[in-house]
Amino acid sequence: MSSPLSVLVTAEVNEGNLSPITLELLGSARDLAEKLGGKVVCALLGNGVAGIAQQIIAQGADQVIVVDAPALQDYLSDTYTRVMEEVVRQTEIEIVLLGHTSMGRDLGPRLAFRLGAGLATDCIELDIDSGSKQLMATRPVYGGNARATFATDTHPQMATVRSKAMTPLPLDPSRQGEIVTLSAMPDLKAGLILSDRVKEEIKGVKLEDAPVVLGGGRGLGGPEGFQLLDDLARVLKGAVGASRAACDNGWWPASAQVGLTGKIVAPDLYVAIALSGSSQHMAGCSGSKTIIAINKDPEANIFKESQYGVVGDYKQVLPAFAKRIKELLEE
Amino acid sequence: MPKLIVCAKQVPDPEAPPGSLKVDTSANKVVLPASISPVVNPYDEQAVEAALRLKDALGGSITVISLGNNLQRDVVKKPLSMGADELILLEDPAFEGGDAWSTVTALAAAIKKVGEFDLVICGRQAADWDAGQVGLGLAEMLGLPVISLAQKVEVMDSKVRVERVITDGYEVIESSLPALITVSNELGEPRYATLKGIMAASKKQPTVWKPDDIGLDASQVGEAGRKSKLVRLFQPNKEAHCEIVEGESAEEAGSLLADRLRTAKII
Ligand SMILES: Cc1cc2nc3c(=O)[nH]c(=O)nc-3n(C[C@H](O)[C@H](O)[C@H](O)COP(=O)(O)OP(=O)(O)OC[C@H]3O[C@@H](n4cnc5c(N)ncnc54)[C@H](O)[C@@H]3O)c2cc1C
Ligand SMILES: Nc1ncnc2c1ncn2[C@@H]1O[C@H](COP(=O)(O)O)[C@@H](O)[C@H]1O
Repeated sequence: MSSPLSVLVTAEVNEGNLSPITLELLGSARDLAEKLGGKVVCALLGNGVAGIAQQIIAQGADQVIVVDAPALQDYLSDTYTRVMEEVVRQTEIEIVLLGHTSMGRDLGPRLAFRLGAGLATDCIELDIDSGSKQLMATRPVYGGNARATFATDTHPQMATVRSKAMTPLPLDPSRQGEIVTLSAMPDLKAGLILSDRVKEEIKGVKLEDAPVVLGGGRGLGGPEGFQLLDDLARVLKGAVGASRAACDNGWWPASAQVGLTGKIVAPDLYVAIALSGSSQHMAGCSGSKTIIAINKDPEANIFKESQYGVVGDYKQVLPAFAKRIKELLEE
Repeated sequence: MPKLIVCAKQVPDPEAPPGSLKVDTSANKVVLPASISPVVNPYDEQAVEAALRLKDALGGSITVISLGNNLQRDVVKKPLSMGADELILLEDPAFEGGDAWSTVTALAAAIKKVGEFDLVICGRQAADWDAGQVGLGLAEMLGLPVISLAQKVEVMDSKVRVERVITDGYEVIESSLPALITVSNELGEPRYATLKGIMAASKKQPTVWKPDDIGLDASQVGEAGRKSKLVRLFQPNKEAHCEIVEGESAEEAGSLLADRLRTAKII
């Protein structure tokens, strides 16, 4: 179906649109495929998704394998694993990439164990070793306190990739590619039953897309502190995230937890307020262009991660900061 | 009454201060200072908690399996003191230095030896290598349906019903039994060990199995059974320069911080 040494990207579609992670994966796959002298193939699974295939080509794929079926409307572990197993078996794939998302976290390891493939999860850097031509997959370990580069002798080699770690290619509608379907469809009968999906409504700017993120921590002492952050976020057209300690206390929704096991944000400005800057928290925001910190403890680790900071009680520092910001933005 | 199996790993305390962990780059090994003590992986405590909630509601039994080398009894016995019934240790130098593949191979063999069960519960990831592979891999190797990232687990009419955490919400998924679940932190705080539990745990002796006992060869487990090789372990160097903005008062400092962002063209 395709040339050897292809790099396969598993697309993610959210409400009819390609997820940002897919564009990032395509950017990375292009780079790897060029180093291997192979092609970029993309598996597009879903219901009524065939129309997006052309966009995937414009974002860097040479070939899109469309698997369009009502049973693939939502991600379900067993059906998606079966289809992806089929995709990999029917093509000559050397590297399989997935996003480290709620889908990829589930599908990646299952597929790897089904195929007998070595997998590195939550990677932030991918490269091809110029000698061995193997994938060098680098990922944070020990809660972000160290990094490890892994390689594997298996075929295929697999990686899931952290959001916002890779750069998408510019959209190029003139790019050429082919759109194909699977030669044989696997059984799509699901063993699992998806009986409900509950989505939180997001008011204001989406955390992952916000140009400014205010991150609140345990030191805020309660939900009232988050009210201050929310007000300032509105002024800055930003969003409010939180440390796990604050979410566990119920001060802010768990879906807005920033970190290793929460959301990954990379805004222009991250304002860390009354949070200590644990390695697991920084895993979710260290890609921010500028980080500033307000913390009463001069020894707090967050000052080691920030470009600007104020040492002091947020109850005094933050209102004055917010007032001045408002003035400056109105000037 | 469900028979539950929980997989729990001993890891270095992940809440140790950032920077206390060091890396020996020549040996590709993590160097742990004495100040970082081993604990049960926090997610695995939550996996134990999920099992205990099921046992509270339905009865049944909980068997905990931990694989490693030099497992500290007072650490790995914690699930027993929380209320689990039985502890199996896969402990042998041969288990050292494994990856997801070799760990799954050994855990799967141990679970087969345990025999009948309704549910295997794992944590979403182990807080040392943060891989998040073993639970899903185990399900593949044991041929079980799997639901990952659970925030709520209920068993009813020989089915399991799980709330699975997704971006901005959760989905409700049902599966037949036996099945495998991985637990996420949204499940909530694990319970404390009670004094009674600690007393009971101190009297229990864990069962210890070596590769031989689960029908495996030393070449299939630990370092020897890996599929992935660690090429390089390192610590990124951080250019630690923070400009601390000061003022006559905390309020003034806050105001000056805003000015500083303006002069730096950040806002
Ligand atoms: C496996 C694992 C995964 C994890 N994943 C995540 C994750 O995804 N995201 C995450 O955030 N955490 C995560 N954690 C938890 C993490 O290790 C920390 O426990 C957590 O981030 C601490 O939150 P915090 O900084 O808000 O609280 P603390 O560490 O308690 O810090 C509070 C800070 O507030 C300051 N402070 C107190 N009062 C004031 C005041 N009035 N004014 C100004 N400053 C004040 C204090 O000086 C202190 O620095 C994870 C942990 C584990 C083990
Ligand atoms: N050595 C081990 N012993 C027991 N359980 C383990 C071990 N390693 C991993 N697990 C289980 O698998 C989960 C995921 O681990 P990992 O894939 O290493 O991140 C953990 O939360 C545990 O439930």
